[in-house]
Amino acid sequence: MCHYIYQTVWESATEVEETIKRIQAHKGVMGVVIVNHEGIPIKSSLDNATSVLYSGLIGQLTEKARNVVREMDSTNELTFLRVRSRRHEILIAPDREFILIVIQNTTD
Amino acid sequence: MEKTDKAEFVYEYTRRRREFGRQTLFEDRNAELSVSIPSNPSMYKHYILRNPVNVSVENTKSMSEHWVNSVRAEYTSSGVNHVEGGWPKDININDPEATQRYRRKIEKDDAYIHAVMHLGHSMEHNILQNNAVDMYQIYYSELPSIPPVERSSCHTVNVYREPGANRRPIRSLSWQQDGARLATAHADICFTRNSRNLQLSYIWDIENANAPELTITPPQPLLDLQYNPRDQHILVGGLMNGQVGCWDMRRGGEVIALCPPHVAHRELTRNVLFINSKTGAEFFSASPDGVVKWWDTRNMSEPTDFMIIDPVKTNNDTQSVENALGISALEYEPTIPTRFMIGTETGLVVGGNRKGKTPLEKLPSKYEAHLGPVYSLQRNPTFLKNFLTVGDWTARVWSEDCRESSILWTHSHRTKLTDGAWNPIRFSLMLVSQWDGCLSCWDLLRRRTAPVVTAQLCDEPLLRVRPHEGGLLVACGSSKGTVYLAELSENLGTADKNDKQLLTHILERENKRERILEARLRELRLKMRQERDVGHPDGDSAPTDKDLEEAANEYSLMVQQLQEQQNNQDLG
Repeated sequence: MCHYIYQTVWESATEVEETIKRIQAHKGVMGVVIVNHEGIPIKSSLDNATSVLYSGLIGQLTEKARNVVREMDSTNELTFLRVRSRRHEILIAPDREFILIVIQNTTD
Repeated sequence: MEKTDKAEFVYEYTRRRREFGRQTLFEDRNAELSVSIPSNPSMYKHYILRNPVNVSVENTKSMSEHWVNSVRAEYTSSGVNHVEGGWPKDININDPEATQRYRRKIEKDDAYIHAVMHLGHSMEHNILQNNAVDMYQIYYSELPSIPPVERSSCHTVNVYREPGANRRPIRSLSWQQDGARLATAHADICFTRNSRNLQLSYIWDIENANAPELTITPPQPLLDLQYNPRDQHILVGGLMNGQVGCWDMRRGGEVIALCPPHVAHRELTRNVLFINSKTGAEFFSASPDGVVKWWDTRNMSEPTDFMIIDPVKTNNDTQSVENALGISALEYEPTIPTRFMIGTETGLVVGGNRKGKTPLEKLPSKYEAHLGPVYSLQRNPTFLKNFLTVGDWTARVWSEDCRESSILWTHSHRTKLTDGAWNPIRFSLMLVSQWDGCLSCWDLLRRRTAPVVTAQLCDEPLLRVRPHEGGLLVACGSSKGTVYLAELSENLGTADKNDKQLLTHILERENKRERILEARLRELRLKMRQERDVGHPDGDSAPTDKDLEEAANEYSLMVQQLQEQQNNQDLG
């Protein structure tokens, strides 16, 4: 963690905004949700009810997937999770404290 | 010290040295009476017959009732409705301002910023990947679907149990020509061959497994019972004392004609078969005494013909019953009426020609088929040149052209093989019954290393197998007198139009291979003989002193070298 202490907070905050905007601008992206480890949607481009639903369910699923990977090999770690469905794909990037969820429409 | 504990278990036996270890000296003595208890007539009075005799027998199962009240486990189900995330306690989730403030606080957090920057990168990669290629596209969906894998199976459809308590092994099975009835011969060949109790044989209607349609009451146990292929009411049977008899189903189970004992076989009559004659009344029989006899059912007073199975070397030798080979299997193919084949107890298969004049013409061919008795012998119904033999833990397929070796064979089984038959419709299918109660089906077109299907029909040994002429049903007789009617799956009981051609190719190929091997072997043998013949005149064959000396020197040199090598290794 020590290598980014040098970044100033305000500079990084705008960078975060930019990153999220860039992600949202990609083709087919329907929504972006950032969830903290408590299951609270911190930032969301969806309405409150949907983001709460996503954060609750995906949070549990990610925790489960993380356990599965660690159970099979204790030195291994979950890095990414794709949930493919008929309508869209949920891309889940887990971190130690936060989970970045992107819902992407891949049907077209 | 420890032994003192065991002192009380010790039995001491003392004897003086001079009294033991002596040589025993036996001598002849006259019989002497040790004890004699004469019968005492006065005791007779004390004997009375117990009348009535009371014996209690429990016929029904004993039952008991018992109640147990086990300790109850109590369960409650409860649920939690988790709607919102785990907000800190001091924040009211219904207050949008408070939640917003909390969110903003986290957004300013270093960890949050780092996480989003870090995750955003990999996320973008995946989004772009999704947009670039359709990763989950289904390939080859336009290809035609593969036809389902064929399923070969064999299962029991009916079981015919011998009535009565003492079940005797099945010795032969025979299907009636139209296939509605099955004749089973039961006989218990015990060592002493005394058959004081009647050993019955049966005719079953295959639709009715509850009771046999007809009970055959032979004067002696029947070892073989065969239907006449021309007349579906007439049967002939071979008896344990060597006689042959004829039965008519319309006249009941009593024998209608029986050959007199003085013209009968000297051993048990193991095989009888109808031959293809004008009247349809002639048959022949074979026995371990080594003689084949031809009979006419209309006149059974003496055999019409007989042949001694003694494969002599030249035409000048006379065949004698003394040297005849015991017959264990008999084969007759109606389309080659003058020929027949026999399997002997010594493991030979001998081809016979009834029209032969000289001994060599009578028994023109001989195959060393098995190490033990040939239990079963049958020509292939379609490829008459090829025949199946079963014996010494293997089943073999032979070609008449190839005398030295069989052209196809199974591996040596762990259990004894008892009988084998070709499927009449699917001519590439061999049905082999095994001692462990299994029926194995070998399809030469499908697999030649293992049976396509092995069905465990029962736990007791299966002794006889006879397929139905329709090809789908197989009757198997067990050692406990039970007939199991097994049904083969469609693919094992029907033939395709290409099968004949394919099997021709297989048999021809194997035949060619064996003949090449045979020729090569003959060549080698000839060479060896020539070498020996050349060697003899020089007197070179016997090792001389010089040779021995050379060999000894060579040996000692080699030993020396080896020792040196070993020494070097040890030093190294």
